[in-house]
Amino acid sequence: MSTETASLSVTELQNTAKRLRRHIIYMIGTAGSGHPGGSLSAVEIITTLYFKIMHHKPGAPHWTERDRFVLSKGHAAPVLYATLAECGYFPKENLATLRKLGSDLQGHTDCNGTPGVEMSAGSLGQGLSFSIGITLAGRLNKQNYRVYTLLGDGECDEGQVWEAAMSAAHFKVDSLTAIVDKNGLQIDGWTKDIMNSEPFTDKWKSFGWHTIEVDGHDFNQLIDAFEQAKTIKGKPTIIIAHTIKGKGVSFMENKVDFHGKAPNPVQVEQALKELA
Amino acid sequence: MGSTGSFRETYGKTLIELGKGNADIVVLDADVSHSTMTHYFASQFPERFFNCGIAEQNMISIAGGLASSGKIPFASAFAVFVPGRCFDQIRISIAQPHLNVKLVATHGGITVGEDGASHQAIEDLSLMCSLPSFTVIVPADATETALALKTAAITEGPFYIRLCRLEGKVIYDENYRFNLGKANMLKTGSDVTIIAIGLMVAPACEIADNLKPEGINCRVLNMSTLKPIDEMAIKQAAIETGAIVTVEEHLEHGGLGSEVASVIAKNHPVPMEMIAIKDTYAQSGKPAELLEYYGLTTKGIEQAVRTVLKRKKS
Repeated sequence: MSTETASLSVTELQNTAKRLRRHIIYMIGTAGSGHPGGSLSAVEIITTLYFKIMHHKPGAPHWTERDRFVLSKGHAAPVLYATLAECGYFPKENLATLRKLGSDLQGHTDCNGTPGVEMSAGSLGQGLSFSIGITLAGRLNKQNYRVYTLLGDGECDEGQVWEAAMSAAHFKVDSLTAIVDKNGLQIDGWTKDIMNSEPFTDKWKSFGWHTIEVDGHDFNQLIDAFEQAKTIKGKPTIIIAHTIKGKGVSFMENKVDFHGKAPNPVQVEQALKELA
Repeated sequence: MGSTGSFRETYGKTLIELGKGNADIVVLDADVSHSTMTHYFASQFPERFFNCGIAEQNMISIAGGLASSGKIPFASAFAVFVPGRCFDQIRISIAQPHLNVKLVATHGGITVGEDGASHQAIEDLSLMCSLPSFTVIVPADATETALALKTAAITEGPFYIRLCRLEGKVIYDENYRFNLGKANMLKTGSDVTIIAIGLMVAPACEIADNLKPEGINCRVLNMSTLKPIDEMAIKQAAIETGAIVTVEEHLEHGGLGSEVASVIAKNHPVPMEMIAIKDTYAQSGKPAELLEYYGLTTKGIEQAVRTVLKRKKS
C-alpha cells in the first residue's frame, strides 16, 4: 500500500464526495455528538485534495515527501476521518468508533493516534501558524512537498490567524496554500452578524497573499484553483471557497443548529436516503 | 562564590555551539532577540533563525510545525509572554502532541525589576508544570544553564527552561554534571533541608554556611528540574532531616513549594515553610530592593529555617 493514491476524474470525485457525506452522517449519528455542518461544507475541498491534488501514500503516512494537509478547523474531524478511511489510512469500520472511549478517532483531531492526521487541533486559529512551521522545515530540508491548510471563516475571528497571515507573506512561503471553507455561519449565527469579516478577500490580499475565489462545491473550479496556486511564486495562496454549511442534506443546509449537533436516528435515515 | 555569570549570555553562546553541532536546530524569537540573546544565533545562522515579530502565539505554533517536521526549535521571549501570552498555543501546538520544542524564557521572576508587575513572571512555573509532557527546568547559574540547554537539545520532548535577567553568582565549576530529573545536593545536613531553584540557590547555600557555627546543619538541594521533580530526594530529605524550607522567585501557588508539599504529603509529612511571593503582584523597584521587600533573602530563609525547626521540635 506504499503507493500514491490515484488521481480521480470529476465524476469519480463526485461519487467519492457522496460516500464521504454518508460516512459523516453515519459516524456522527452513531457517536451521538459531533459537528456535521462544517464537515459537510468541506467535503469537495478535501476530496479534491486527497483524490486529485496531493501526493500521499496511505500505506506510509510518514512518507517524508508527502504533501501535508492540516485541518485547522479541528471540529470538522469527521470529514478528515472519512477521507482518510476512504483512502485506506485505516479500516472504514473504525469510523463507528468516533468519540468513543479508547478510539483513535477523537472528537477533535489528535495527531498522536490517528494515521494521516498532521496536527492536533480543536482550539481554533493555530493551524495556519503550524503549517508555516511545516513549510519552513521543508524549505530548510530542500524538500518539495506542498502544505494545504483548511480554515473556517468563523475561525478567522481569531487574532492568531492574522499573525500567521502576516508572517506567511513575510517568510514568502509559496508552497503553502490555505483554503477557507466560507460557509458563512458560526456557532452563534451568521458570521456577518456575529463578527463581520468583510471585505474578507481584500483583507488577505492586503496581507500579501495571492487570492482565488471559487464555488467550494465545484470540483472543476477547485482543481483549477489548486493548480494555479502551484504556479504562484514568492507569496502564499489562499483559496476562498464559498460553501454551504450542511451541504447535501436538505434539513441541515444553512442551519446553524447543525454546527455541533448530531442527527437523531430518524434524521440519519432521512439524510442517508438523500445521499443514496 | 564571588564571581557572577549571565544566564542569557550563556544561552546565546550555547545556541551557537548547538547550532554548529546539529543542522536541525532552529531558533525563533518574538522581537526581543537582543534581550534573550538569540541574536548571536541569528547572525551566525540567519537561514535557521525566524524572528516572528511581536506575535508570540504565532511563534509558538510555528515552532510546533517545525518540530512536527523533524526540526529542533528553540523558541524564546520573556517569561511573561512565553508562556503567559500563549498558554493555549503551548498546550495544543506543543504539549498535547508531545512535540520536540524547547521553550527558553528569559526575564523570569521579580528581579526583572523596574519594569514592574506586567513584566515580572511569577506564574510561569505554575502554568508550565500543569502541562502533561513538559519538562521544566530552572537553572541555578550560568554553568548549569549551558548544561541544561545541551541536555534539552538531545532529549526528545517539550522543555521549558526559565532564565532570569540578572547575572547570578557562580555556583558550579566545569566539573559539574547536570543530571536531568535529579536534585543536586550542594550542602549535606541532617537538621533541615532547604530546597531552592534559580537565583535563590546561592542565598540558600550562604545561610547554610552561616548557621553551621550554631550547630544547625542545613541540607541544601538545588531542584533545577522542577518537573518531573525528584521525589526520591524530597522523600529522603523529609525522612532524614524532618523539616523542609522551599525558596523560589515565583508565587507560592503552583511552583516549587506546591510541588514539594505534594510529594511530602503523599510520602512522609513533615513541617514545611515556603518562601515565595504570597498571592500578590509585585511592583517596580531595583531587583535587590524587591527581593528584600518580598522576603526572598538570606534573612528570610534564616527566619524560615528557625521557624520550621521550632515546629519540628514541638
